[in-house]
Amino acid sequence: MTAWLVRRVAASIAIIFAVVTLTFFLMAVAPGEPLLGPDERQVPPEVRAELIRQWGLDQPAPVRYVKYLRQLARGNFGLSFSLHRPVADALAEAIPNTLLLAGAALLIDFLVGLGLGVYQAWRVHRLPDVVLSNVTLFLYSVPTFWLGLILLLVFGEWLGWFPVAGMSDPILCPTVSSFYCVMDRLWHLALPAATLGFVGAAGTARFQRAAMLEISAQDYIRTARAKGASEQRVVLRHQLRNALLSFITLFGLAFPFLLTGSVLIETTFAWPGMGRLATDAILRRDVPLVNAAVLLASTLVVMGSLLADVLLAAVDPRLRVRGTA
Amino acid sequence: MTLHAWFALLVALALAGWTVGTLRRRTARYEPGRRFFRHPTAAWGIGVLAFFVIVAVAAPLVTSYSPIVHNDIINLKNQPPSWSFILGTDVYSRDLWSRVAFGARISLKVGGLGMLVAVTLGTLVGAVAGYYRRWVDAVLMRGVDVGLALPRIFVLLIAIALFDRLGETVLILVIGLTSWFGTSRLVRAEVLSVRERDFVAAARAMGAGPGRVIFRHVLPNAAAPIIVAAALGIGNVLLLEASLSFLGIGVAPPKPSWGSMIADGVPYLATAPWTTLFPGLAIALVVMALNAVGDALREALDPRQEAM
Amino acid sequence: MTEPLLRVRDLKTYFVTEQGRGTARAVDGVSFELYPGETLGIVGESGCGKTVTSLSILRLIPEPPGHIRPGSVIEFAGRNLLTLAPSELRAIRGNQIAMVFQEPMTSLNPVFTVGDQIAEAAIIHQRLSRKAARARAIEMLTLVGIPDPAERVDHYPHQLSGGMRQRVMIAMALVCHPKVLIADEPTTALDVTIQAQILELLDRLQSELGMAVLLITHDLGVVAGQADRVVVMYAGQVVETARTTDLFDGPLHPYTEGLMAAVPRIDAPKSRLQAIPGQVPAATAWPSGCRFHPRCPHAWTKCTIEEPPLLGLGDGDHTARCWLVQEPGRRKPKT
Repeated sequence: MTAWLVRRVAASIAIIFAVVTLTFFLMAVAPGEPLLGPDERQVPPEVRAELIRQWGLDQPAPVRYVKYLRQLARGNFGLSFSLHRPVADALAEAIPNTLLLAGAALLIDFLVGLGLGVYQAWRVHRLPDVVLSNVTLFLYSVPTFWLGLILLLVFGEWLGWFPVAGMSDPILCPTVSSFYCVMDRLWHLALPAATLGFVGAAGTARFQRAAMLEISAQDYIRTARAKGASEQRVVLRHQLRNALLSFITLFGLAFPFLLTGSVLIETTFAWPGMGRLATDAILRRDVPLVNAAVLLASTLVVMGSLLADVLLAAVDPRLRVRGTA
Repeated sequence: MTLHAWFALLVALALAGWTVGTLRRRTARYEPGRRFFRHPTAAWGIGVLAFFVIVAVAAPLVTSYSPIVHNDIINLKNQPPSWSFILGTDVYSRDLWSRVAFGARISLKVGGLGMLVAVTLGTLVGAVAGYYRRWVDAVLMRGVDVGLALPRIFVLLIAIALFDRLGETVLILVIGLTSWFGTSRLVRAEVLSVRERDFVAAARAMGAGPGRVIFRHVLPNAAAPIIVAAALGIGNVLLLEASLSFLGIGVAPPKPSWGSMIADGVPYLATAPWTTLFPGLAIALVVMALNAVGDALREALDPRQEAM
Repeated sequence: MTEPLLRVRDLKTYFVTEQGRGTARAVDGVSFELYPGETLGIVGESGCGKTVTSLSILRLIPEPPGHIRPGSVIEFAGRNLLTLAPSELRAIRGNQIAMVFQEPMTSLNPVFTVGDQIAEAAIIHQRLSRKAARARAIEMLTLVGIPDPAERVDHYPHQLSGGMRQRVMIAMALVCHPKVLIADEPTTALDVTIQAQILELLDRLQSELGMAVLLITHDLGVVAGQADRVVVMYAGQVVETARTTDLFDGPLHPYTEGLMAAVPRIDAPKSRLQAIPGQVPAATAWPSGCRFHPRCPHAWTKCTIEEPPLLGLGDGDHTARCWLVQEPGRRKPKT
């Protein structure tokens, strides 16, 4: 078991490495001169040349790559061209915001999605199931950013229940200094997290409904009934326990979804997170920031998948114990 | 809207309905066909898709205005829906319905072709990996793992933004090239199981080469997940294209893309919500229809379906 | 005459097929009795309705698309199982009447240990504590002959061989010492050598625990070795019932004859295997008259019009659903 784990972790590191390398060279072959982004037009040519020399941007790509790796090994993510500050600082500021958003969305996704999926399977083909199936189909098919805009319009503009942008009240609560500020954060978090969360929940509910239905058709459920188990026991003990396995798979798949989603939602709601940071960085050709963001993003995705695999191995006896059949 | 356009629109609706009916009748002979239409949403999905395809093809006929001409930038900008502009106008006083109709061309084209690239590539890689196994499989699947770990939206942003909008073809290619990884895994799994079946051994014993065995024997039996992946794939590509256009890259203006239309409407969300509402609704309807059709296909083609 | 433990009378279980292809009358008027301590074998090809019959007893038929017709009666301990309230039915399942299924791999829950699953019936019906239930599970594993029971009790189904899984299924069924054990093709999915072991086990347990066994199988050999009495089913009906010795000495129904002739015999001179011509008809369209008539070598006009009831030779024990019982002269000579 530990041998497997070591191999998986090693493979994960290799994958992250490959992704970072790919991105580095992709950025390197992108046309256009370095430091000619929209912010930098006014820089005089001699200063630009000096900066280029200083930052080694005139060297060929493979040389820069090796230098970059050496830097990374020392924990130095470089300096952001567009923000004029260390990349690590910029990221350190943005990551918690994205984690907050993604975490809240994940919570909504799983609580609502799981509940709906199980409920729908229980009341399969009857009116609540039919209605909910169509609702989840809709939520699953809408563009996330569009849903965010509609929610913004209805709940932010028309009803005025929630704020329309940003993460916090910039005047009263620049930092979390009181209970009021905590509530303020939550208030700002509501709409973006709800958007991302409900779209995710729709997918989760559909998946979980199918999983529960498949399980309920299995022979061992019939065996449980034949033993005299009550419906409650059959569903809650036998069905759910097996559905847990598919649920963990969903958990692993949630990370890429949250990543894409955070990029779109942060743009829509002006949420100062990593997605928005990275998008701006790409548009401004801020190479160090982009490379760092991609490194981070792929690490998250790979870690999520690894975590799911580990959980699955822990929970599914067929994977855990190599049997002696 | 002019009378001709109204008439053409009604014809389009009727045609869509007729398509559903004919399809239903033609496939009633086959068990999967019957199973497909047993789904209440399947027929609806086909109808919606047919409608949008017809509108896209006959866009000049069902609209009365050009999608890119500013009609009257002073008086007619951001007008709510009315009899002349049935979905209203946008900030440049362009007819929203025309833009939605012509936008269907772009979205469906990018969606369809992008999915084609992705599914073709995914099927090829998956089939080769599943058929040859051993080191070919190992190498290919490691590549797929890397592909799946790529933060797709970032890669797309980089590829498209930095290389300056090189047009639709590149957009389609790049989306396709980053979307095939999941399909390849599916196909590989199917091929692995089909490959063990007796008829494959029989074909090889007959002297058939690997290409022939894969294309004529293995893949047709592995077709079900490929078809389902194709149907659902169009929807994913569509959403992706919309997201990219929303973020400001993707299809170049003034060509109407549903995603960029939504982005255009954002500053006027409060004052002219229809400019954001209708393009998004169009995307939602098409993707819903694609998902409904994909789900129904999955159940219809499932070989494990048996009557008691 | 002792009272029967289980009495099935005119059981009809129908299934609604999709797309209006009609109703499948899988079990169409089946009656039989099970006496204490005996083994009753139900024999027939696939599609004859024997499995559906066994599932109907404990009402394990999925309600859509199947349903048990009103008018069917399943009497057990003086009560009609088909009209019991769900909680009362549950008190009987696994407790007084238990069932062993055909496929031990899919019938065992993969995420629970073997011990948990065996103990479950005891926890449900006898409210044993976890510790006591575990001890009971180990007892049962010993009873069914599994080596190292104290270790095996914590194993998962996928860690056991097919034969051991079936023993676990049996242990699971017997944990509450039921009066009736329904065994649906308990050996079909196993190797021949393991088959013999399982059948021997069932035999031993039956005499030790004094229970009645309803043994469902398509294998005449199993029936010959295990059953005291036999019920032959075809097309959703009982077509012959008899004591095992009587059945094998002189079958009355042409279908039973056909079944026996189709078994290759090592002690008889080598001749062509005699298959029964034709195929089992679809449950949505049983033939008119005697349901076996399209495949019967002796059929005449009466057989195509009138469905025969179960007719006996007078000694009451041996009956067959065939007009030949009344008109043996119509029997065509063997070619």
